[in-house]
Amino acid sequence: MKGFSNSLIPLSRGGPILFVMALLSGCSDSLPGFMNPQGPIAEAQNDHFWFVVILTLVVVLPVIVLTPLLLWRYRYRGNAVYHPHWGNSRWLDIMIWGVPFIIVIILAVVLWRKTHELDPYRPIASDKPPLQVQVVGFDWKWLFIYPEQGIATMGQLVLPEDRPVAFHLTSAATLQTFFIPALGSQIDVMNRMVTQLHLQANNTGQFQGKNMQYNGEGFHHQRFTTRVVDDAQFDDFVSAAQQQGQALDRQLFNELNQQSDAVKFARAIGLNDYQHGDLMTFSPIPSHLFDNVVNHAAIAHEATNNNNQETTP
Amino acid sequence: MTDVWSFIFGRLGWDALPFWDAIKDPTTFNIINGVIAGGAAGLVLLGALATVVWITWAGKWRYLWTEWLTSPDHKKIGIMFIVIAMVMLSRALIEAVFMRAQQAVGLDGGFLSPDHFGEFFTTHGTIMIFFMAMPFLTGMINYVMPLQIGARDLSFPIMNQISLGLTAAGAAIVMISLVLAPFSTGGWSGYPPYTELAYSPDAGVDYWIWAVTLSTLSSTLSGINFAVTIYKKRAPGMKLFRMPLFTWTALCTAILMIFGMPPLTVVTALLALDRYLDFHMFTSDLGGNMMNYVNLFWAFGHPEVYILILLPFGIYSEVFATFSGKRLYGYTSLVIATMCIAVLSFTVWLHHFFTMGQSASINAAFGIATMLIGIPTGVKVYDWMLTMYRGRIRISVPMIYAIGFIMLFVLGGLTGIILATPSVDYQVHNSLFLIAHFHNMLIPGTLFGMLSATNFWFPKAFGFRLEERWGRRAAYAWIIGFMLAFFPLYALGVMGMPRRSLTFFEPAYLPWTIAAGVGAIVILFAMLFLLIQLWVSVRDRHSNNMFAGDPWDGRSLEWATSSPPPEYNFPVIPEIHSRDAYMAEKEQGKAYQVPDEFPDIEMPSNSAMGVIIAVTGTAMAFGLTWYMWWLVILSGVVTLVAVIARGFARKTTRTISGDEVRRTHLAWLEHIRRTTPVDRSKEQTSENRGLPVPPVEGAVQ
Repeated sequence: MKGFSNSLIPLSRGGPILFVMALLSGCSDSLPGFMNPQGPIAEAQNDHFWFVVILTLVVVLPVIVLTPLLLWRYRYRGNAVYHPHWGNSRWLDIMIWGVPFIIVIILAVVLWRKTHELDPYRPIASDKPPLQVQVVGFDWKWLFIYPEQGIATMGQLVLPEDRPVAFHLTSAATLQTFFIPALGSQIDVMNRMVTQLHLQANNTGQFQGKNMQYNGEGFHHQRFTTRVVDDAQFDDFVSAAQQQGQALDRQLFNELNQQSDAVKFARAIGLNDYQHGDLMTFSPIPSHLFDNVVNHAAIAHEATNNNNQETTP
Repeated sequence: MTDVWSFIFGRLGWDALPFWDAIKDPTTFNIINGVIAGGAAGLVLLGALATVVWITWAGKWRYLWTEWLTSPDHKKIGIMFIVIAMVMLSRALIEAVFMRAQQAVGLDGGFLSPDHFGEFFTTHGTIMIFFMAMPFLTGMINYVMPLQIGARDLSFPIMNQISLGLTAAGAAIVMISLVLAPFSTGGWSGYPPYTELAYSPDAGVDYWIWAVTLSTLSSTLSGINFAVTIYKKRAPGMKLFRMPLFTWTALCTAILMIFGMPPLTVVTALLALDRYLDFHMFTSDLGGNMMNYVNLFWAFGHPEVYILILLPFGIYSEVFATFSGKRLYGYTSLVIATMCIAVLSFTVWLHHFFTMGQSASINAAFGIATMLIGIPTGVKVYDWMLTMYRGRIRISVPMIYAIGFIMLFVLGGLTGIILATPSVDYQVHNSLFLIAHFHNMLIPGTLFGMLSATNFWFPKAFGFRLEERWGRRAAYAWIIGFMLAFFPLYALGVMGMPRRSLTFFEPAYLPWTIAAGVGAIVILFAMLFLLIQLWVSVRDRHSNNMFAGDPWDGRSLEWATSSPPPEYNFPVIPEIHSRDAYMAEKEQGKAYQVPDEFPDIEMPSNSAMGVIIAVTGTAMAFGLTWYMWWLVILSGVVTLVAVIARGFARKTTRTISGDEVRRTHLAWLEHIRRTTPVDRSKEQTSENRGLPVPPVEGAVQ
């Protein structure tokens, strides 16, 4: 609650955003989001953010500092020199075109490199093979399919620590945006289309995940908890899901397609004490579930325990 | 019976009443939302009724009809545009306060229903862009530009009426949607597939489509009108590079309107085809693709951003130069920078959807193109600072807005560069950071610009100054309120709070949403102060009379006329020999001369075309929204007949006799002879009667 008293400080004029930014970086440990990065992508984004801020301040700060000085020095009753017909200077022109130009060149070079480095489609280098996760956005809930494990979850996305995750994403309904701020980039999720995302978590913990693109009355409930665990716990999670998960058959899939948030969906399938952010597991799951959602094809009537699904490239 | 009902009313039913849910299912929650929505509907009806009663009581219908509604005078049309903008600003501002209030108590709760909140952010955005900012700047260009280039009117005065009529119709549709709900919940950008029939089957999106369509048609016509006027109707000697900066930015704005508006007209029409005739432009099946919508929308959307900001740049250029008592620094530089921005604005639209899955190279290319715009914009900011340098600065109300602008706008520029960087945008896209950024551009940029311009040109338009004390209070409240309301949003965005969130579940967000809510209330007071300022100014109009016409020691031609100017603007079209044409006349002692002769002046005659289009436009949009096909056909036929009938009108001009012009002009010159010139220290007192003594070069004043 440290923020509240401080948040009123922007009342003072001039450069308050700097203060806000400093505040953000100062107490970042308690903050959600990429100011408190939990993975290599978010960390790199955080670095790039501050690089851009500092470099751009070279142009911005003089305006904020010099404007009040100019107002004082050339005030109406002042005794500074007054030249009503002065309106041109070659050297000043070169300065004011040149300095921003050089800064933009530097920013552009870094931008080009970082955009490629942090491209969400680019796999993260690691000695471990990436965990494959398929994400389906329904109106107002996320389904996470682990094709290699033959399980699916809702409410929680469980990820192993220090291992890259390769996401393939699609939407069974409206345009949505999949986002785990503490880990890295967001990516749009679209009907009949597949987008990709690569993330990695460096620390165990629970991080929020959300939809960033408004898609109706349940939008604010379309969130999930990202639970990062160590390898042993991840294996436990997988085997528990395989044994205790609910079969994802056609009837359950039809229920998924109804407009409802995770809690309403859980009620509809008989999980009466489910709360937002709890884990719901499904197993077995139909083969090619993700591809069939993408292609608007009917899914298999019976769920089959297929541990080796093909992923859509 | 039901057949007759549905023939007449289409799908309009009792459930369109905004408090229907509260009657049907009276829970506390529904009653609160019903009272808010019903109250708004009541305000609209009461406002309309009160206006009608007041005009009738004052016996002003004939005056309103002949002097305003059917007048082709660019000055009156400009004022009417701005009146629409102010009314719509009040509504959209109140909506913003409701949204901020909801989020201030929005930690896992709140008092607004999701649908109601969705309508709030959709109408807020739609109104602020299409029915506040656009009419405001269109009105400003309408009023000021012909005066600055020494013209008597726009090239196409009747088309100008039609532009006004279309904007009025769109605004009317948005207002009607308060009484006969719902409005769209798809946001001002209306992305499918959410706005397709499958997900939004009710009338809301249709209201939105037709309101926006009317507005874009209006702006396209205005753009054509402005560009042709600037190209063809400049006074002799007014070369392009002698035009005031305001007119330059008006020209760039007009070009952007001509090329930027049609994509939106097209894309809303295509969405309408999907919704009305079962096309599949943007659905997921049968070959449709919503990405096409997104591309077309931002092919409009990005030039639109510069439509909104270039004109304020022109306004600030006038304000800084005038109140620094000094020539504008780097005129050529500023013109080039403006043109650079206008051209570059067409090359950056993709930065609105970096996260849609394009390759890194495409994102990077558009990111760099976006940052390039920062260069000419930065140049402009420094040009304004250098305009103050070696000047004699008077901190008047327009100047307070301009100073607030210059210092806040660069912060918006900084966050713009952050958003232009794809790898960082992946973190802050669609978050409140983005909301904070574009409000940081549009409030200090566009809105402060318009308020600055209002304070600057009001005495020209109405013949008396706006009162300064309340003007200052309003300006400071706007600046402080803006900072309080939007800086916390930067923090919230960095913490990953999505835009358009009804509710949130992270306690860390709460202090910031409360601070933003307080800011919204300060802004509400700023709006109240503006209204008080207007009231006090009207009350004191005689002691602040400005008939002589030059309250600020102005530099461009509009100040060379009486306030308000005669309808023909100039008794004789002036001849221009330099930049800052009027300042040059004053310096050479050639101002206020009597022309050798006063020829007759031909002016366009009144026409009801604008009113007809406003009525048929509203009726057609309303009919389309509620499936009242008879109304659609009827209003279509009336429009067609009116347009054809206009083609047969032979008497389209009327003549003002030279004698009358001479009388008016000599009376004004006589008034000037009897007016005491005042120096700039008395500029903001009642002694200022519109005749200035300029500051003395090189001396202490």
